Amino acid sequence: MAARHSVFLLMDRPPARVARAACAALGLALAGLGSAAAEEESPQPIRPEVERRPINLAAIDTEDFELGVFFGVLSIEDFGSNLVYGARLAYHVSERLFVEAALGRSKGDKTSYERLSGSAELLSDSDRELTYYNLSLGFNLLPGEAFPLKGWAFNSQLYLIAGAGSTRFAGDDAFTVNFGAGYRFLATDWLALHLDVRDHMFDVDLLGENKLTHNLELTAGLTVFF
Amino acid sequence: MFRKSFFLVGLLLWLALALLAACPHARAAETVRVADPYIELRTGPGVGYPIFYVIDKGEPVTVLKRRTDWFKVRAPGGQEGWVHHQQLARTLDDDGQTVAIPEPGIGDYSQRRWEMGVLGGDFSGARLISVYLGYAFSDNLSLELSLGHAVGSHSGNSLGNVNLTHRPFPDWRVQPFALIGVGILHTTPSTTLIRSEDRTDTTLQAGLGLQAYLSRRFLIRAEYRNHVVQMSGDDNEEIDQWQLGIAFFF
Repeated sequence: MAARHSVFLLMDRPPARVARAACAALGLALAGLGSAAAEEESPQPIRPEVERRPINLAAIDTEDFELGVFFGVLSIEDFGSNLVYGARLAYHVSERLFVEAALGRSKGDKTSYERLSGSAELLSDSDRELTYYNLSLGFNLLPGEAFPLKGWAFNSQLYLIAGAGSTRFAGDDAFTVNFGAGYRFLATDWLALHLDVRDHMFDVDLLGENKLTHNLELTAGLTVFF
Repeated sequence: MFRKSFFLVGLLLWLALALLAACPHARAAETVRVADPYIELRTGPGVGYPIFYVIDKGEPVTVLKRRTDWFKVRAPGGQEGWVHHQQLARTLDDDGQTVAIPEPGIGDYSQRRWEMGVLGGDFSGARLISVYLGYAFSDNLSLELSLGHAVGSHSGNSLGNVNLTHRPFPDWRVQPFALIGVGILHTTPSTTLIRSEDRTDTTLQAGLGLQAYLSRRFLIRAEYRNHVVQMSGDDNEEIDQWQLGIAFFF
């Protein structure tokens, strides 16, 4: 009866006290590693109740977020291909689905017209700066493994991604739709290399006429899961 | 640049809070025992990855980390692989009790403290993207901060709002809500129009919405807001805002 009673007492304790007891148990276990053999030889008549340790899977490290940087080339329609760089944050909802927020920055070059005419500048230098952000939904279409060398295997995923956001270019914000595909190569469980191809579509009305532009982007990136 | 940086700061703030929420308070490894005849270890966290090892009944399994529905575990022989949570749910702890795996459900909604979401829609004819963060200080009432960016053909708008949201039936799967709030509205005319100055106005707003619980920690949210923009002149302007999006709570 007394034993039953002590079990109930343990279960009735507030979580903080149980957690403290668990920590104490862990500390004791570590401290006791060296002297474990000695204890076996002289078993104590009373088992200390702090040895009992509740399983708490909620405390297991959950790694559903992925944060990283990328750089590459963005082809801005009529304004040449230029360096693009930025940052991405993704949240993995399930093994298939993830949502991603991205920020990117690039700069437009001179158009062919500006080069040939040699005089007229369509945009000021600051208006050539391009910044974009977007929120996208990704789908891991082809999960798999890559085998670069004998005895080496790495997890990988080929994903499709699409979303919406805004691009600031030529002094205006433009609603932007993006879609593309990417390859995620997991060097370890928490470190991934990315290769991405995206099309950013937005309207430009630089000459008073609305025109839908396709702006292709090729990037390489590095992300960490946490 | 003001409206851009305004929105970016908002976005980053939202992301930072998402990170904070995601960080576990304690990082631990737990050991459980297999109760099924065996459990299967896969090379990656997904059903597409091959099974390369099985751990027999009664063997100890060390649980290392989690990604979505998958747990990374270590077998007694040192092999590490990924196990689906449904298999891990059929393991036992030191007392021989089935291990409880915390799976969020609809019942957790009324227990939530934080809620955040991404919505898209229409703001007086312009295309709107917004993010919001809510803090529930009672079952029915929560305080929400939302930041939005609308891109139209004649002007761009940045919005920042603080509102009080009331949910009369927090336990319903599909539930209505009502909100009132205040905010600021920054307007930048398009550069192809005649150059006019940027404007910042204060707004009062009231709105109604509907949200539906999807699964795990996810919601669908649809809402309508009516803004009364207090212009610098005598006239007030009214703006309709419609939005639809997804949200999650924790």
